[in-house]
Amino acid sequence: MTDAATARTLLTDMIRVRRMEEKCAEMYSAGKIRGFLHLYVGEEAVAVGSLPMLGSDDAVVATYREHAHALLRGIPMTKIMAEMFGKQEGCSGGRGGSMHLFDAGRRFYGGNAIVAAGLPMAAGLAFADKQLGRKRISACYFGEGATAEGAFHETMNMAQLWQLPVLFCCENNRYAMGTAIERELSQVDLVAKALAYRVPAASADGMDVLASRAAMHTAVEHIRTAGGPYFLEFRTYRFRPHSMFDPELYRDKAEVTEWRDEHDPIQTFAQQCQADGLLNADDIAAIEAAAAAEVADAVAYADAGTLESIDTLTRDVMTPAGASS
Amino acid sequence: MTTTYRNAVHDAIADAMRADDRVVLLGEDVGRYGGTYAVSKGMLAEFGADRIRDTPISELGFVGIGIGAALGGLRPIVEVMTVNFSLLALDQIVNTAAALRHMSSGQFSVPVVVRMATGAGRQLAAQHSHSLENWYAHIPGITVLAPSTVADAYGMLRTALSSPDPVIIAEHVGLYNLSADLEELQPTDISRAALRRNGTDATIIAYGGCVPKALDAAEQLAQAGVDCDVIDLRVLRPLDDATIMESVARTHRVVVVDEAWHTGSLAGEISARIVEQAFYELDAPIARVCTAEVPIPYAKHLEEAALPQPDKIVAAVRGLFGQDRWAGAQRPGTGGR
Repeated sequence: MTDAATARTLLTDMIRVRRMEEKCAEMYSAGKIRGFLHLYVGEEAVAVGSLPMLGSDDAVVATYREHAHALLRGIPMTKIMAEMFGKQEGCSGGRGGSMHLFDAGRRFYGGNAIVAAGLPMAAGLAFADKQLGRKRISACYFGEGATAEGAFHETMNMAQLWQLPVLFCCENNRYAMGTAIERELSQVDLVAKALAYRVPAASADGMDVLASRAAMHTAVEHIRTAGGPYFLEFRTYRFRPHSMFDPELYRDKAEVTEWRDEHDPIQTFAQQCQADGLLNADDIAAIEAAAAAEVADAVAYADAGTLESIDTLTRDVMTPAGASS
Repeated sequence: MTTTYRNAVHDAIADAMRADDRVVLLGEDVGRYGGTYAVSKGMLAEFGADRIRDTPISELGFVGIGIGAALGGLRPIVEVMTVNFSLLALDQIVNTAAALRHMSSGQFSVPVVVRMATGAGRQLAAQHSHSLENWYAHIPGITVLAPSTVADAYGMLRTALSSPDPVIIAEHVGLYNLSADLEELQPTDISRAALRRNGTDATIIAYGGCVPKALDAAEQLAQAGVDCDVIDLRVLRPLDDATIMESVARTHRVVVVDEAWHTGSLAGEISARIVEQAFYELDAPIARVCTAEVPIPYAKHLEEAALPQPDKIVAAVRGLFGQDRWAGAQRPGTGGR
C-alpha cells in the first residue's frame, strides 16, 4: 500500500477532480458553461497517480479532456472554472474554454482538441530539450482513439529514431468517442503497437491510483536514465458520456453500472485506505468538505469574473511588435 | 557578387545557423541528399546531423515537431518539399501553430519558419505544381511570404527567423536559378509590398513566380508606350493595402496576376479590397490573370497554356483600355507593336 500522508493526498486529489467535474456538469446544465464539455469522471486515478510524478521543469501536453491534468499541474480551480465561464480571469483569458486550458508558467501546453495533435508537439518540446542539453521530460496524454491517427505513428517513429525524452501517456478508456476499441483498432494491444516502433512500453491499471503512480514512476525513471521515449497505457473507463451532447447509444447501461459499482477508483481506494487504517471516516468527510469548499470558491470566483471588452477582440493573434518572445 | 535565389536561401539558413545555435533545419532529405532543390547542399558537413535533421516522410509529424521545438525554445526552419505535400501538415500549421497564441491568450507563441517550394512550370504535373499559399494566407495567426527576388530570398528568411510567430515562406520553383548581382545580402522587411517598376498608366500586381512575368509584360507594354507600375506583393499575409491603393490612385487601372486558380484566389481578395477602398479611383473593371481551372497538366504546351504568361498579362492590360483610350494611352514616339 502506501503511507498515510500519500494516501491522503491521492484521495484528496481524486475527490477534488470528481467534485470539480460534477460541478462542471451542473454549471453546464445551468447554462454557465457552454461549448463542448468533456468530463473525467471515472478516470481520476490516471491523472492523480501520474502527473505528480513529473517535475515542475517537465512539460505536459494534454487533450480536450484535461481539466484534471490542469488542476493536478497546479492551475488553481478558480482559474479553470473562470475559463469555462468564458471570463478573462480564466487560465486562457476566456479565449480557450474547457478544451483549451493553458498555463505557460507551469509548462502546461493545453488543452489540444485535435486528436493526436499533441503528440508531435510533445516530441518537439522534447527535441528542443535534447538539442539544448536540458534534462527534462515532455509528457503527452491522449486517448486510445489517437493511436489510429497518423500523427501517433509518425511521432512514435521519430521519437524512437531520435531518442527523444517524451513520455506517451495513453488513457485507454475503451471508447473513441462512441466507438468501442474493438470496432476502431485492428490491434487492441496498445503496448504491442508501441513496441512495433521499438518504444519501451508498459500497461497499468488506470482505475488503481497506486498502480498508475507506480507505473508512471517507472516510466519517468526510465526516461531520466535511458533518455529515449516511453509509452505507458493506463487502462481506464469513462463513467459519464463523451461530452454533454452524448446520449450514449453505443454502450449498455449495465456495462457502465458495473464499472461504476465495481471499479470506481475513489471508492476502491477509500475503502482500501480505511481497511489498512491509513484514513478513517472522519478523514474522508474532511476531505469531502474541503473539496466542496474549493469547488464553491471556484464557482464564486468564476461568477464574479469579468467579461473581456469586445474592443480587444483581435488581440493575441500575432505577437505585438516590440514584444519579446 | 553574382548569386542565385537558391544560394541566397542557402546563405540565409547558413548565416542564421552560424549566428544562433537555436536554429535547426528539419525536413526530408535536407542532409545527405542536400535538399530536393539543393538549397541545403553542404550544410550537413558544417553544422552536423543534429542541426541539419533528415526526417522520415512524415510531413504532419515533422512539421508538428518543428512547432513543438519552437515552443521549446529552438528556432526551427522546417522544409516541406512542396506546398502540395504541406497539405499533409495543414492540421499542425492551421490548428496548432496559428491558433496557439490566441487559444492560450498570448501565453505561447510559435516562432517556427516553414519553407516550401510552390508553383508550376517544370512539368511536374498535378501533385507537385500547385500554388496553394493562398490557403495559408487565409489564416489569422501566421505570416505568409513569397520572395520573388534574390535579395528577398535571403533577406525575408533572415527576418522571418526573428519573428515570434509562425511564418510560411513559399519559394517558387521557377525562381531557384534566378541570379542577381548584389553587393551584399542582408535582412529585408516582411511587412511591405514593393514597387518593382514605376509607371503611370496601369498597375500590375503579382507575387512570387509571376513577378518576372509581370515585369516582362510591363516591358512589352512600355515598348507600346504604356507605362505600368509593377507591384510585388512579397507578403501575402498581412497584405500591404497601402502600397496597392497608392498605386491604384495614380494609375486608375489594375491587373492582378496570380498563379493560383481564379476561384477563391488571393487575386480575388485583392480585387475586393481595391473595390472596397479605391472604387472611385478605378477607370476600368479590375482584371485578373490566374491559372485555368484545371489541375496542372504534364504536357509542356498544356502546362504553359494553363498558367499566367506575359502575353496574357499584356492582353489583360490592353483590355483595360477602350480602343480610343488605348491609342491615347500610347505615347507618341515610343514605337508600338
